[in-house]
This record gives sequence, C-alpha cells and structure tokens, in this order.
Amino acid sequence: MSTDAAGGAGRAMVRAEAVHKRFGHVEVLKGIDLEVAPREVMCVIGPSGSGKSTFLRCINHLEKIDAGRLWVDGNLVGYREQGGKLHELPERAVAAQRRDIGMVFQRFHLFPHMTALENVVEAPMRVKGLAKDAARARGAELLERVGLGDRVHNYPNQLSGGQQQRVAIARALAMEPKLMLFDEPTSALDPELVGEVLDVMRGLAADGMTMVVVTHEMGFAREVGDTLVFMDDGVVVEAGDPRQVLSDPQHERTRGFLSKVL
Amino acid sequence: MATDAPTRPAPPEQIRAVPVRHPGRWVAAAVITVLVAMFVHMLATNPVFQWQFMVDNMFSPPVLRGARTTLLMTVLAMVLGVLLGVVLAVMRLSPNPVVSGAAWVYVWFFRAIPRIVLLFFVANLGALYATYELGFPFDRQLMDLFGFSGDLRFLGLNGNQIFTGFTAGLLGLALSEGAYMAEIVRAGIQSVDPGQAEAASALGMNRSTTLRRIVLPQAMRVIIPPTGNETIAMLKDTSLLIAVPVTTELNFQLRAIGSRTFQIIPMAVASILWYAALASVLMLGQYFLEKRFSRGFGVRETRAQRAARRAREVGGSQ
Repeated sequence: MSTDAAGGAGRAMVRAEAVHKRFGHVEVLKGIDLEVAPREVMCVIGPSGSGKSTFLRCINHLEKIDAGRLWVDGNLVGYREQGGKLHELPERAVAAQRRDIGMVFQRFHLFPHMTALENVVEAPMRVKGLAKDAARARGAELLERVGLGDRVHNYPNQLSGGQQQRVAIARALAMEPKLMLFDEPTSALDPELVGEVLDVMRGLAADGMTMVVVTHEMGFAREVGDTLVFMDDGVVVEAGDPRQVLSDPQHERTRGFLSKVL
Repeated sequence: MATDAPTRPAPPEQIRAVPVRHPGRWVAAAVITVLVAMFVHMLATNPVFQWQFMVDNMFSPPVLRGARTTLLMTVLAMVLGVLLGVVLAVMRLSPNPVVSGAAWVYVWFFRAIPRIVLLFFVANLGALYATYELGFPFDRQLMDLFGFSGDLRFLGLNGNQIFTGFTAGLLGLALSEGAYMAEIVRAGIQSVDPGQAEAASALGMNRSTTLRRIVLPQAMRVIIPPTGNETIAMLKDTSLLIAVPVTTELNFQLRAIGSRTFQIIPMAVASILWYAALASVLMLGQYFLEKRFSRGFGVRETRAQRAARRAREVGGSQ
C-alpha cells in the first residue's frame, strides 16, 4: 500500500479506508470506505446514531479514528506514516490540516462575544496572520455573499437561527478551505429558515466547493448532491446517485429508513 | 371609545377594588424608623464619637499614605493572584495528572491556611535560610558525585531583606489569592460551551489562541462577579498585614493615631468609613467591568450598531 499519497490519477479530496471508531465499548463506525472527489457534493443520510456525524468529525480529526486510514487531499488525517509506523501529529500540525477544512455545526457555535464580522475575521487574523484591513474587507464580502451585508455589526444573539448559520458558513469560508463539512446544518432551525441556509449551500456547490453534508433534507440531497450515502449502524449501506437511491433503494434498510422520512 | 365599530362591545367598567391591607408591614416600618432614629440620636449625642477630632485626623498625611499603600497592595495582590489563578486553573484542567495534581495540592494548601498565619510565616522566611539562591537543583550533591567542588548558582537574595514589609505582605496575599482565583477561573472556563473550543479548533486555532480569544473572554462573565468579591475581601484583608508587619497600611495608621491620643472610637469609626468608601469605589469598578464583558449576551444595541443605524437613517432622509 502506498505510504502517504493515496491513489494516483484523479486524487480524491477525501478517502476513507476501513475507518473504525469506538466510544468505550460501543463501536460507532465499523469500517467506512468512501471517496469524495474534488468538486463533489456528497450527502450523508441515516438514522440518528448511525455514525454519520462521527464520521464527519473524523474527517477533520475532531475525533480520532481507532483503525483504518483517512486521507484529505492526499494527506493522512492526524497522523504521519514513517517506517511502517503511525506517528500522531503534534497539535500544530493538526491545526494546520484543519485550516483547509471548513466545518459547519448543527448548533452554529458562533462566538457569542463577537459581532458577525468579528466572528468571520477572527481565524484569518489569528491563524493566518492576515492584516486587519484585508481580513475585514474579505469578511464583509463573505457576509455580503451569504446575504448578511447589513448585519456585520450584529452579535449572534441578535440574529435569527438561519442568519447565525449563514454567518457560521461565512466564518468557515473565510479560511478559504478546499473542503467543507456540514453537520446537520439545518436541523436546529425553524422550518421557515431552512431555505435561506440551503440556498447559500446550493450557491457554494455551484461554485465548485467540495462538500460533505450530513443532512435530513432529502430535497437538497436530490437536487444538489452528486452522491448520496445511506449509513446505518456504523456502516455504509448504500451509496450512489441521489435520484437513484431515493427513488429506487436497493437495500431493505434504506427502504425502511426512506419510508419513514419521505 | 363609543365611536368604535358597533360589532365590538364597549369595554367593561375599570375595576376600582379596595387593596389588601398589610398591617404587619406598617408595624415593621414603624419599628425600623424608631430604631434608625435611636441610632442617629446616639451618633449625634454620644460625646465619645468626637466627630470633629475624627474629621481632623482621618485625612492626615500618614493616613493618606496608608490609604495609598492599602490600595496599591490590593491591586498588586489581585493582579498577581489573578495571573496565578489563571495558570493554576489551566494546570488543573490539564490531561497530565502530575500537572493537575500539583495545582490541586496548591489550591488545597493555600485555601486551608488562614491569611494572617501565612503572612506571619512568609514574614519570617528569612529565619529559614539567610540567603535564597537560584541555581541548578541539587547542584552541590551532583558536583560532589562527579568529583567537582563548588556550586551552580547565579542569583542570591538576602532572605531578611526580601521577606519583610511590603514584599512579604504582597507575596503572602498573592499566593493565597491565587488559590481562590484558581477555583473561580476554573469554574468560568468550565461554564463555556465545549462547542466553542471545538469550533475554534475546527478553524485551525491552537489551544492557547482558543483559550485567550474564545474561551477566557466568555468565561469572564462568570469570573468577574466573584472576582469583585475577592477584590473587596482583599482590600479588607490588607489590614492583616499587621502580622508581617507592614506599618504603612491604612488600618495600622488610623489605630496608631487612636492609641497615641486615646481616642480609640473616633479612629475606629474613621477606619470603618475609609474601608466603606474604598470598597464602594471597587464595587463601581466591578459594575463597569461586568457591563463590558456582557457584550453579545444582552440585546442592547452596541455603539457600532447605533452608528450604523444613524448613518442609515441620515442616508434614508436625503
């Protein structure tokens, strides 16, 4: 097996090989094999507890995997392979890997003591060392892009859930990531606010961003997704073209799940 | 109201009920009024208070110097104590059991020791070693072991000079305060949603930036009110410096005047008034600090937002 570089031609943005993850005695991921190509939008669906959020968190090393291999853009996540042995990466190197991977959380996790603009410019300034003026100009541009140009000086608690999630997306984009991870980005939103967040994500996908989206929005998966993955009980049960999987699921478990949510 | 649409019935007559009487409250108010009157009467008529003498002496130069020493000691001891407390709190939360255990032992020890006892001990450290030297640990033993003689020390301080007066008092109070602040800071850090640190690390921030920029500013909301209490307690505890002794401190100076002139009560009252006044100033400072760190947690319009709104309004009216 190749050491660091995963695969040759058409290198995958994300490549998972037999990824296992345990919490105590509970095996949450039981061998995940997946590939996300550059510019691909992969939607992951499945019942709660199926491991889909855990898998997403493994991609940027918020969770350590117990077995298998996980690469992002050809680099092993969280480890360095040398002489046939894995070495844990130091904090600094893990942070450097995460810089290129944007993440959007179900509960937004905006920094409540900072305005929308401050939220967006914080990481570019503190992590990338961008100058204040440049960071603020870029931040205002990003907030404009997610439709919040008039909200730059609002604190998160002065924004609706949908607006907060759009700020969170702008905050992740400010680091100019090559991959965006979405962990149920619309699940904590009132139904009438879901659309505005999905619109922003649709725009991102149209611009060619590589995205892995854990979601319950089947409409979004069908319309925007290039691939749909159905996970259950820590394994990938079925993966394929979203329209195909949603209209003609091949597995019993997929059919059972879809009959409940559609 | 009679011109309303005919479909809506006229509102019913407003209720004018006799309110419930509270005779107990009236009695209590009367009792308190009488007690306050008696107290004021006592202050005004008891000749022992010597008000004129008190006013003449409570602002004398040594007392003012004493007030300055007390305030300076309070501020310095709190600054050192807070810094020490942050370090200890971070140590306490470390995954390394030796590091967190050391912080635990420190907090246990210094919380268990009365400040006056600690101050007395620190003031007499000069009797433990005459000189305090910085150097390589176990240098003499190691040099002996390898067949050399001599030592590896590069800084020596006279114990009788450093552990005396102001420095001894500052050291004792700051060490003690560090233990209390460690618990307060730890509670503050733990009150912040773990999702915040997670979001920061997902953005590629390292642990120290996350702590400084994301976690601690939010922890401040929880940290400041008890720290205000600590500061006020510290102001009052500077009167314990008599155990060192630090003679330039406020209470010592006021009592000195009292014992010299045999006017004990007027100077004791002067002391009460001084501490009450200084503590009030500190409480005011706490109020403003709390306001500063509640940013993003109220729904108040911020200065930048107000400016933006005004600019919009002006722009719209043109």
